[in-house]
Amino acid sequence: MSSLFEIHGLKSAIEGKEILKGFDLTMQAGEVHAIMGPNGTGKSTLASSIMGHPKYEVTEGKVLLEGEDVLEMGVDERARAGLFLAMQYPSEITGVTNADFLRSAINARRGEGNEISLIKFVRLMEAKMKELDMNPEFMHRYLNEGFSGGEKKRNEILQMMMLEPKLVILDEIDSGLDIDALKIVAAGVNAMREPDRSFLIITHYQRLLNYIKPDYVHVMMQGRIVKSGGPELAERLEAEGYDWVKDELGIVDETVGQA
Amino acid sequence: MSTPTTSFGREAAAAIARSKNEPAWLVAWREEAGDLTRTLELPKPEKTPLQRWNLDVQGTHRPGREVAAAADLPAPIASLLGTAADGAVIVQHNSSVIYTKLPEEWKAKGVVLSSLEDAARTHEELVRAHLMTAYERGEHKLSAMHGALWNGGAFLYVPRGVEIEVPVQALLYADDAEATFAPHILVIADANSRVTVVETASSSLGETDATLLHNGAVEVFAKAGAQVRYAAVHHMDSKAIDISYRRAVLENDARIEWIVGDLHEGNTVTDTLSVLKGNGSTSDAKIISVGTGSQRMSLTTRAVHFGRSSESDMITRAVMKDAATAIINGITKIEKGATKADGQQTEKVLMLSPKARGDANPILLIDEDDVKAGHAASVGQVNAEQVHYLMSRGIAKEEAERLIIYGFLDPVVSQIPLESVRELLHRILERKLG
Repeated sequence: MSSLFEIHGLKSAIEGKEILKGFDLTMQAGEVHAIMGPNGTGKSTLASSIMGHPKYEVTEGKVLLEGEDVLEMGVDERARAGLFLAMQYPSEITGVTNADFLRSAINARRGEGNEISLIKFVRLMEAKMKELDMNPEFMHRYLNEGFSGGEKKRNEILQMMMLEPKLVILDEIDSGLDIDALKIVAAGVNAMREPDRSFLIITHYQRLLNYIKPDYVHVMMQGRIVKSGGPELAERLEAEGYDWVKDELGIVDETVGQA
Repeated sequence: MSTPTTSFGREAAAAIARSKNEPAWLVAWREEAGDLTRTLELPKPEKTPLQRWNLDVQGTHRPGREVAAAADLPAPIASLLGTAADGAVIVQHNSSVIYTKLPEEWKAKGVVLSSLEDAARTHEELVRAHLMTAYERGEHKLSAMHGALWNGGAFLYVPRGVEIEVPVQALLYADDAEATFAPHILVIADANSRVTVVETASSSLGETDATLLHNGAVEVFAKAGAQVRYAAVHHMDSKAIDISYRRAVLENDARIEWIVGDLHEGNTVTDTLSVLKGNGSTSDAKIISVGTGSQRMSLTTRAVHFGRSSESDMITRAVMKDAATAIINGITKIEKGATKADGQQTEKVLMLSPKARGDANPILLIDEDDVKAGHAASVGQVNAEQVHYLMSRGIAKEEAERLIIYGFLDPVVSQIPLESVRELLHRILERKLG
């Protein structure tokens, strides 16, 4: 039996510049992994490359979800296979209401002839929005248009809750959130924790990990994981910063560099 | 048979008017317009050479058959009307109005709805005081032709203080490409009244070599404190040419909302102008268009501010496909003395084909210092970032693009006041966008 999610030797470039330089990670079902690291070490590139953002070119490696290489799939197929990325900067789309968008997304997963009924959908969306303490008005607002930073993040979590993915990647979901919003978002994530669902949390700060307890913590530098440990690693990073990791590993410049 | 413009003039205009038994004042008025057709030139919308268009068609007077009940309307018209028959309705079929319905309770309040031809007799004073004063016969050859030939049409008068909740529907329909199809809609909203008008122009010409010329006009007069919402959806065969001049004149604190789908299949010139005469008057214009095939379109929105603290907002959004061309002009003019006026405009074009063309020309003309004015214009393709975002939630590329394109037009679509017309709009969009 393979693991739920495996990344092997992933290399990825943007505009010809290599950012990910052989990234490896294996996650079992039900696990929560956190990826921490200073700015410019390739964390968001990792998230975008897995999801298949057109700006990133994967040059080498494999990303397996339940043994299937998602890199062979289109972006929409990856999502339907169970991948979900809560984005750092979600798009704003005029004219497409939050509800219409989510219903399209749910129905895309369910397939033709198996569409969710409107009543069921509305009930589900209302219930999840309530859990996230979102204004019911947001249902009929245009997708992310005029949403504050925090509202956008909540909306990402709402989508996650409704799409029920297998592997969730949260890219800096904590940035721009005040402590109350952070707690709500974390509660939303925790409510989704299941034995067959895994989470990959990308964050600068340990703060979020106070509310979502990770099983494993990885430090990313120079486009790959350089150190792994348990939750205690995150606490030490919070207390002491990243310099000790660099010293320990003899790293001078932790970013992916200009070379 | 079509008559070439060169042989059209005073006599021809008078002959048609007399054949319809029009009152003497109108016959004389048409004669003046007939004269003007000989001397005036075609309008010159930006980058749209109208002299190459087949505008030399006056058509012949082909009245439709009048009916007493909605049930007797020709089937295609009845289906366009849908269930909206409960409110006030006026239907023009080719060259004449064939059906008018005005609920008794509105009649009792003094509301008038009739063909403009009838109103020229029954409400001569009101008609003469307003008809083609905002869109003058002397503007250009097309306005002169319209003056000489307008037929059927609608006259809507809403008395002082009367508020009509249900939209008044004007349905303009042509199925004879050789007919003169020149409806004129005249709306007079008296002080502090409130009304919504929904106009649809459509055709079903079948196989024909003739060009249907829709040379139409709308004039709205909103007196002090009156509020008028005017929605229009135009979709005729590619054989037809749509010429539509729309004008609103706003007195103190009056308001006009234009909600327009210029979705015609053929060549199009539309010009939607609000004249903000009164202090505190406001105008909000929202216009969408979809260009397909090889059609040529000139879409102009204009606002002219005279009144102090008057406000205008204009939004045009066009989706361009195939080898279609649209020249989109937005002109905000603020006259000297219109202090504290605020004029804003946005033109956005979404290009779906490398052969399509969409020009956005925002123009601000400001003769007063103490004002606010702004414009924004953009021409671009479907945003790749947005497509990626939708796809990352499992939505297939084609569907993602469809959502974004429809969403681009939604700010107008969602504002259409009548359910049946919203549905019509959806059907047209499905057809044009595929």
